[in-house]
Amino acid sequence: MNPGTGKLRTLITPLVGDNPITLQVLGVCSALAVTKTLATALIMSLAVIAVITVSNAAISSIRMHLPRSVRLIIQITIIASLVIVVDQVLKAYAYSLSRQLSVFVGLIVTNCIILGRAEAFAIRNGVVASILDGLGNGLGYAWILIAVGTVREIFGAGTLLGIVILPTTAAGGWYQPAALMLLPPSAFFIIGFMIWAIRSARAEQVEEDEFEVTKAGGP
Amino acid sequence: MSTNEPVNVGDRPASVFRQFLDMPNDRPIKTLAITLIVALVCSALVTASAVILKPRQIANREAERQRHIVDIVSRVPDFAAAFSRGEATLEAKVVDLESGEYVPRMDPASFDQRAAAKDPETSVMVDPKEDVAWVGRRAKFAVVYLLVRAGKTEVVVLPVRGKGYGSMLYGYLGVSADLKTVVGLTFYEHTETPGLGALIDAPSWRRQWYGKRIWDQTGTQRLGIATGPVDPASPDAAYQVDGLTGATWTSHGVTNLLRYWLGDHGFGPFLRKLRAR
Repeated sequence: MNPGTGKLRTLITPLVGDNPITLQVLGVCSALAVTKTLATALIMSLAVIAVITVSNAAISSIRMHLPRSVRLIIQITIIASLVIVVDQVLKAYAYSLSRQLSVFVGLIVTNCIILGRAEAFAIRNGVVASILDGLGNGLGYAWILIAVGTVREIFGAGTLLGIVILPTTAAGGWYQPAALMLLPPSAFFIIGFMIWAIRSARAEQVEEDEFEVTKAGGP
Repeated sequence: MSTNEPVNVGDRPASVFRQFLDMPNDRPIKTLAITLIVALVCSALVTASAVILKPRQIANREAERQRHIVDIVSRVPDFAAAFSRGEATLEAKVVDLESGEYVPRMDPASFDQRAAAKDPETSVMVDPKEDVAWVGRRAKFAVVYLLVRAGKTEVVVLPVRGKGYGSMLYGYLGVSADLKTVVGLTFYEHTETPGLGALIDAPSWRRQWYGKRIWDQTGTQRLGIATGPVDPASPDAAYQVDGLTGATWTSHGVTNLLRYWLGDHGFGPFLRKLRAR
């Protein structure tokens, strides 16, 4: 395999093959919280892509000089600083959306995907590869969020990015909105269906049973 | 040669920086220095972004505050039309809370109530026994907004604040011309728990305040948030809005701040003066 396809692979694998949400089941908490509307999902996606790409680049560039004893603290310091910067930018340029996202932008610090990529990839790979890995994982997270946000907004409020798609009965239309879609648990169902669909298409993602299920009436 | 000794590049002795980078990562001095450098770079980044973006953020917060005032007065029927025709105006005035009188010499645009509340010169310490809303120090003056149409005041918008669950709630209470009925209550700044306490900011919940009565016949203040949903048949339904599930402290906070600001230590004297006028 030549280096070119290796780099491309770093970028593409996290999209479906090794998706942080559907395969690794990381970062699910924020995926539930910010996907009520597509707009918040988009902003959250951009924020995570920015943070994970820059943090991967920064951590990779100092990886040769990271003392093992304080490795995690330094990684978290870098990630937390980037998250504060992103939060400040949102408060300055997307104020009402940042109010809707409230604490969830700040909670990107604790998003397992970002520290996970720093620890699993950036710390032992070059800067360019780490940037691609960050971008790939960010995009892998983003497309799931955007898909969930789209479904929830259309079926929960009849709109997409605030534009009416299905006129709701409350506004004189015909569509009775599914109230469940406005609540965070609906994202669980949607992500569940997505995991099922992806694993049906790609059987290699199906995990082995950790224990044998006893059949009813068996010993 | 051990890695601790200086490394020569060609014939020149290696620079101090090079020597430092070549140290083993686990030497305490390098651990310390790397940590320090990362901390410095990160704090510079955070500081720079905060300082550079501050003017925009302040402008955004100010716009949000004004949006909330407009949100309250827009509850008045055909307000928007009257406003656009220039028949209605929104006037800001400074009120002396103790006497309840307007203070014409003070400019409402330049008076900063929050800064005034911190300055001992321009604020009073609220007696802890009276301080049901955890206000702490209260400014002696407040900026109120009056919606005036055809020479008549239709809505009085009062600034209120009080402790919620985890944060100070800053908001506005709109009272209609009879000074007995609520037009709206909004909170433009708070950091309550998203999905629970933060719902005090949700338009659907906020709408319930419209038309709630503040006092009963005996003059007892009964305005507040119920425990759980309000039963439309109960006598409290005229005074209370639905409780926020999972946000008991926030709900209590809102009820308490209404008690404080509508009481004698808040806007009580001002409201009495208005009524007498």
